[in-house]
Amino acid sequence: MAKHETPLLDQLESGPWPSFVSDLKHQAEIRAKNEEGVEFQIPQDSVEDLLGVLELSYKHGRTHWKHGGIVGVFGYGGGVIGRYCDQPKLFPGVEHFHTMRVAQPCGKYYKTDFLRQLTKLWDLRGSGVTNMHGSTGDIILLGTTTPQLEEIFYTLTHEMNQDLGGSGSNLRTPADCLGESRCEYACYDSNALCHFLTNEFQDELHRPAFPYKFKFKLDACPNGCVASIARADMSFIGTWRDGIKVDQDAVNKYVENDPAYPPNAGAHKDGNWGPFDIEKEVLSLCPTKCMKFENKTLKIDNANCTRCMHCINTMPRALKIGDDRGLSILVGAKAPILDGAQMGSLLAPFVEVNPENDYEAITEVIENVWDWWMEEGKNRERLGELIMRQGFQKLLEVTGIDPMPQHVAYPRTNPYIFWKEDEVEGGWERDVAEYRKHHLR
Amino acid sequence: MSDLLSNKEESTKAVVDFLTKKAKNKTKFYIKDFYAIFPDDKPRAIKNVINAMVTDGILEFWSSGSTTMYGLKGAGKQHSSEGEE
Ligand code: HEM
Ligand code: SF4
Ligand code: SF4
Repeated sequence: MAKHETPLLDQLESGPWPSFVSDLKHQAEIRAKNEEGVEFQIPQDSVEDLLGVLELSYKHGRTHWKHGGIVGVFGYGGGVIGRYCDQPKLFPGVEHFHTMRVAQPCGKYYKTDFLRQLTKLWDLRGSGVTNMHGSTGDIILLGTTTPQLEEIFYTLTHEMNQDLGGSGSNLRTPADCLGESRCEYACYDSNALCHFLTNEFQDELHRPAFPYKFKFKLDACPNGCVASIARADMSFIGTWRDGIKVDQDAVNKYVENDPAYPPNAGAHKDGNWGPFDIEKEVLSLCPTKCMKFENKTLKIDNANCTRCMHCINTMPRALKIGDDRGLSILVGAKAPILDGAQMGSLLAPFVEVNPENDYEAITEVIENVWDWWMEEGKNRERLGELIMRQGFQKLLEVTGIDPMPQHVAYPRTNPYIFWKEDEVEGGWERDVAEYRKHHLR
Repeated sequence: MSDLLSNKEESTKAVVDFLTKKAKNKTKFYIKDFYAIFPDDKPRAIKNVINAMVTDGILEFWSSGSTTMYGLKGAGKQHSSEGEE
């Protein structure tokens, strides 16, 4: 028997899709039965009360959660998000219902024994409700009380060699695609760089330093499996600067519809697409129209290729990423809080990825951007909003990156050119006496 | 680093004085609010000192989840929003 009647939530279960309401009811039941004999450290019926307070919110059309609070583990300014219910008498099980962020492993590679340890810990000291993974990309453990925080942190760090993630005005848990560990399109080892940045910027992750949140996301190629271009204040997207490698024999196998060469690596082969047509499916879809297929030879004008990956994805056995690899850094993507949603803008078209020198070229850009944003950013202003407010030109100045055509989003709409004094020979000063020798008043 | 920021006793006093003076209207502050106390220092150096004061139990964090603020330990409501105390 459910503790609270939830007719409005029950209605949500009627759709064809998986339902979080069903999941929560399931979890409430597991806790009620407690077949494993867990010595629950937070109220056993916390999930029942979670359903109850949610039902009440639907009924009232307003939330019954307070916003934020003073909770955390010692020395950390992030990783715990305080949540308190404003109806603790009705729902004592969720009077405190804090969220903990836990850093996910790079590339989201889990061992089953790690997952078992984690869920066991969370059943004991939390509600057992998780979100794998949150929008930032990390492990989200939903619902525990203040006294449990240090206990959980102790077990995570001492027994599981596992750190908390970021929240608040911190660097957020960096997230990456699986990259070179599995994927032939990877232009750099995103797992290694993600791990390095997480360690290198520990202080920024744990001790609030910024006007607002800041996110790193790493895609090892422009396919963007973690969608870094839309989800991160700073995106690291793999690229190459030489040409796409072409195997002409393999191109012709695709053109001849050889069954060993299915387009898109066979990903859509169940559909009724008809025979493969290189003109229709590759050449005419190239966004810069920089490809030609004549006399059984594919030609790519690499100077005009924007590395969109389309041709490589379609004919992976014939086309390969180039050999001179690195990454592009884009900045300023964010969700629509102020000024609407924004994608990242290209800041550094090609940056060397070199673990030998601790990724010097990358950390230099990061630190220059942070110095500017920490100094100039208003409270709760994301990097993308600061760029809009002070201009992309200012960003180029503070990072010492020379303007280039790739920085131009559209032709200028303002005909004036504003010169700075140091850009003008002789500066602004003039010798009036010298001038008056030649010009009367 | 300025003399003020590098002197633990004096920088702590400056921060506590600043927060006490404002305590009537406000108990939670953004990191940027502290820049005014140390006009000659870089944000990164200021943040390190302010965070150390949290570790020492003089200040405490308040977090909404998306934003972090700082206050004197125990000042103001513990988990409520500003403007109603
Ligand atoms: C390199 C030198 C000069 C520059 C950069 C310059 C720039 C400008 C600009 C930008 C405007 C448009 C202002 C506006 O529409 O708001 C303007 C207007 C004007 N300028 Fe100059 N100017 C220069 C030299 C001169 C000289 C030498 C004269 C006259 C001998 C002159 C006479 C005028 C006049 C009559 C206008 C139109 C004012 C109006 O429409 O109300 N300018 N100038
Ligand atoms: S972003 Fe590119 S390299 Fe990373 S997993 Fe996706 S396709 Fe592979
Ligand atoms: S990667 Fe994209 S832009 Fe480059 S040649 Fe292929 S389809 Fe054209």
